[in-house]
Amino acid sequence: MSEIGVGHYITLSAVLFTIGAIGVLTRKNAIIVFMSIEIMLNAANLAFVTFATAIGDLGGMVMVLIVIAVAAAEAAVGLAIIVAMFRHRETVNIEAFSTMRG
Amino acid sequence: MEHLIWLVPAFPLGGVLINGLFGRRLGKGAVGFIGPGVVGAAFVVSLVLFLDLVGRAPEARQLTQTLYSWIAAGDFQANIGFLVDPLSATLMLVVTGVGFLIHVYSVGYMHDEDSAGFARYFTYLNLFTFAMLLLVMADNFLLLFVGWEGVGLCSYLLIGFWFKDRDNATAGKKAFIVNRVGDFGFLLGIFLIFGSFGSVAFADVFPTAASVLAPGGDLAFWICLFLFVGAVGKSAQIPLYVWLPDAMAGPTPVSALIHAATMVTAGVYMVARSHALYDLAPDVLAIVAGIGAATALYAATIGLVQTDIKKVLAYSTISQLGYMFLGVGVAAYAAGIFHLVTHAFFKALLFLGAGSVIHALHGEQDLRRMGGLKPIMPVTYWTMLAATLAIAGIPPLAGFFSKDEILWRAWDAGHPVLWALGFVTAGLTALYMFRLFFLTFHGPFRGTAEQRQHAHESPASMTVPLAVLGVLSVIGGWIGIPPAIGEFLGGVPNAIEAWLAPVFLSAHGEAGHAAEAHAVPPAEYALMAASVAVATLGILAARHLWLARPEVPQRIAARFQVPYTILRNKYWVDELYDALVVRPYNALSRFAWRIVDEGLIDGLLVGGTAKVVQMQSRAMSGWESGSIPTYVMVFFGGAIVILAYYLFG
Repeated sequence: MSEIGVGHYITLSAVLFTIGAIGVLTRKNAIIVFMSIEIMLNAANLAFVTFATAIGDLGGMVMVLIVIAVAAAEAAVGLAIIVAMFRHRETVNIEAFSTMRG
Repeated sequence: MEHLIWLVPAFPLGGVLINGLFGRRLGKGAVGFIGPGVVGAAFVVSLVLFLDLVGRAPEARQLTQTLYSWIAAGDFQANIGFLVDPLSATLMLVVTGVGFLIHVYSVGYMHDEDSAGFARYFTYLNLFTFAMLLLVMADNFLLLFVGWEGVGLCSYLLIGFWFKDRDNATAGKKAFIVNRVGDFGFLLGIFLIFGSFGSVAFADVFPTAASVLAPGGDLAFWICLFLFVGAVGKSAQIPLYVWLPDAMAGPTPVSALIHAATMVTAGVYMVARSHALYDLAPDVLAIVAGIGAATALYAATIGLVQTDIKKVLAYSTISQLGYMFLGVGVAAYAAGIFHLVTHAFFKALLFLGAGSVIHALHGEQDLRRMGGLKPIMPVTYWTMLAATLAIAGIPPLAGFFSKDEILWRAWDAGHPVLWALGFVTAGLTALYMFRLFFLTFHGPFRGTAEQRQHAHESPASMTVPLAVLGVLSVIGGWIGIPPAIGEFLGGVPNAIEAWLAPVFLSAHGEAGHAAEAHAVPPAEYALMAASVAVATLGILAARHLWLARPEVPQRIAARFQVPYTILRNKYWVDELYDALVVRPYNALSRFAWRIVDEGLIDGLLVGGTAKVVQMQSRAMSGWESGSIPTYVMVFFGGAIVILAYYLFG
């Protein structure tokens, strides 16, 4: 059994990102979609810390902190929007929200 | 005395402010006091300035006052500055003096207006006086032009004073637009003057005119011609006279003040003022004299058949203005100004007398429905008689001296044809003026019984100005008694000629031509006798035609159908202008409106742009499905494409 290296971490990151992307594309429930986006963000974070450690550059770490902060803000706003949507339509199925059709 | 000059225009301007801002609340009594009062005050100041000038040596008769530098841009300098010399002092006295009488008369004439209309009327009338004073007192061409435009504006406002009647508003517009044509020429003249002299101040232009402009050269020709185009518009000469007869739509005192005594003579004043330039352009002087003489005769023929009392007087004014231009056109500037002054007296009186008649008959202006008013309106009758005799040229009334001076100068300058035109006009003037007089005051009354019953003499505020002007119409000519008569009266001098001589000094090569005593040629007596004879003949003919044998004019009209129809229709000049200018212009405007503006600009450019954008948006809005999964799909697809481009591209 070889040592766990950069390749493993990156592979995990890619897998997580793909899971997130598929979740966003296929699920109808807005909350699931939201969670999938969070997974994708964290996949990106994993890639950041991996490369930062490998190169020895703290910039990658800093970027992760920024992403976490943005994700927190996004969670606050996004969840508020979902609550508002539910109050309006009594559902969180994203296919129900198509009034912006041209 | 210089420091007093600004007061002359300031008084009427103060009247404008008071009457314009507070007139409605002050009531008719106060407005009727302030309106004439400020003009009277301006007259008193003018008189003081005049007497100051009289007390000086002839060469020193010049007062100037510069209030402030109005425009200073690079080399260009224009001041608010006034010049009072014998010429402008004469005009100031006429404008404020006759203007004051007409203001007083207006108080009586306009008493039926409500207080708002009354205040508006006197605001305009004071504004006119202010602008006219600016015009005659300006010491540079630009300020003169301000006054020139100001009087035009007041003319427009007062012609359309009763603007609720569409015809009046149209007449005002016509006057304004026709004057615009002349003003355009005037402006070009001023531009040329600035271009050649580098200044618009009289003090810079006139003394150096002879050295800057070549005598008889092209530049002098064009400057003077353009200035004269302005004068033609303002003073209603052929071909721009058409506005003046229509201007009679305004209240009658306005016709007396603006369209007879003062504003329309501004062109004559301007030409006389610019005599230093005109002396260098003999060709233009010939044009001026020719147009003047032609207009004099032309308007007189139309006046012969008009039936509206004010229209007759309007054509008579055009005709008399023609005389003035004939005078200045033969370089007899003093004679032209002399006729301007006497004409201001008797023509203002004629209009005010006509206004008195119209007032008595409750707005009736048709000569065919007047007659027999002599016993009812004695003051109006006798003053009108004085004015009619004066304009007909019967000695020793005012018109005789001034008209004869012009005719003699035309003959003396070697223009027998122009003299002949003026001579025939003199006869026609007597004829049509006494036609008006007899039809108004003599014979049976031809109006309705109701009008007959209500006819009355006008109130004192109207008859007193009539009487004062009546006296002036009789004695006003005595300021210009020619040597030919003066030597029989113990050497009475030609006062106005000597008075104006310093201004026109450079006009004649021989300095003081007028003051010089020279032998009177016998021809002058012959011409004088001839003009008196033709005037008398005209009066007798009028008496025969419209008093003794009233059926004869109809027979003449029937006999000479063609010329009568032509005159009745005023040579169809209005129709000609309508066909040649107004209609094509309207068609062009309609083209610009319907085709260019609505079709091209609104339709194609503005509407077309909007339509293209609209069509594109409609096509593209189909892409917006509103389905979030689709958007996300596209979003990922795009991200993959971009990624692929960087990885493998």
